[in-house]
Amino acid sequence: MGEFSELPLAIRAMLGVYRWRRIDPVPWAPLEKPLSESRLAIVSSAGFVQRGQPPFDETVLGGDFSFREIPSDLDVSELVDFHRSKSFDHTGMAQDPNLAFPLDRVRELAESGRIGSLARAHLSFMGSITAPGRLVRDTAPAAASTLVADDVDVALLVPV
Amino acid sequence: MTVQLLRSVAERLQPPRSLFVPFLHGYPLDAPDEGKRQHAVLEAALQLLEISDFAAPVLVDFEPVVQ
Repeated sequence: MGEFSELPLAIRAMLGVYRWRRIDPVPWAPLEKPLSESRLAIVSSAGFVQRGQPPFDETVLGGDFSFREIPSDLDVSELVDFHRSKSFDHTGMAQDPNLAFPLDRVRELAESGRIGSLARAHLSFMGSITAPGRLVRDTAPAAASTLVADDVDVALLVPV
Repeated sequence: MTVQLLRSVAERLQPPRSLFVPFLHGYPLDAPDEGKRQHAVLEAALQLLEISDFAAPVLVDFEPVVQ
């Protein structure tokens, strides 16, 4: 199962001194309408980009803090993995991107009426960011604004 | 809501609603090309939103159905 102990020693050492950031008090937003009327967006840090979009840049010191908008009607076969971490097995995600960016699954949820609708675009980040200051200060608020502008009610976070 | 592979990260960061999944890193929704199993994870995550008597932060363990 996923735990620190299965990560390489260098990664475990980095996580041991990593400055974890927490929001206090914990932000709590109750659901204001039934899920069957709610709009959902995927926010994944699996490092996927749509074929043709700029890849996440491995050379950015501290990790590429940008995000990509993934159209809600995209065929999952058009997702390409640019996650820079070598500390986990990418095979599953390559075989089926739904494993970490469940586009087909959320479409099925909308078709069945379990959720009301999907965001115009979902958001993709690259999860190996060791220096998250720019993400916290600039990128995350911009990403949140994108979802708010699209009347998203629920964000499904899939950190990788 | 968050599908969380690393329990200790959820305990440190305390996102509002986390579903801890017992899968290998890189496999947050269980297994590739297994739609039913992926849906089981998503359903458990969605249910975190529908339960109103939790106090934040919420961290729930996903229990895979043994086939």
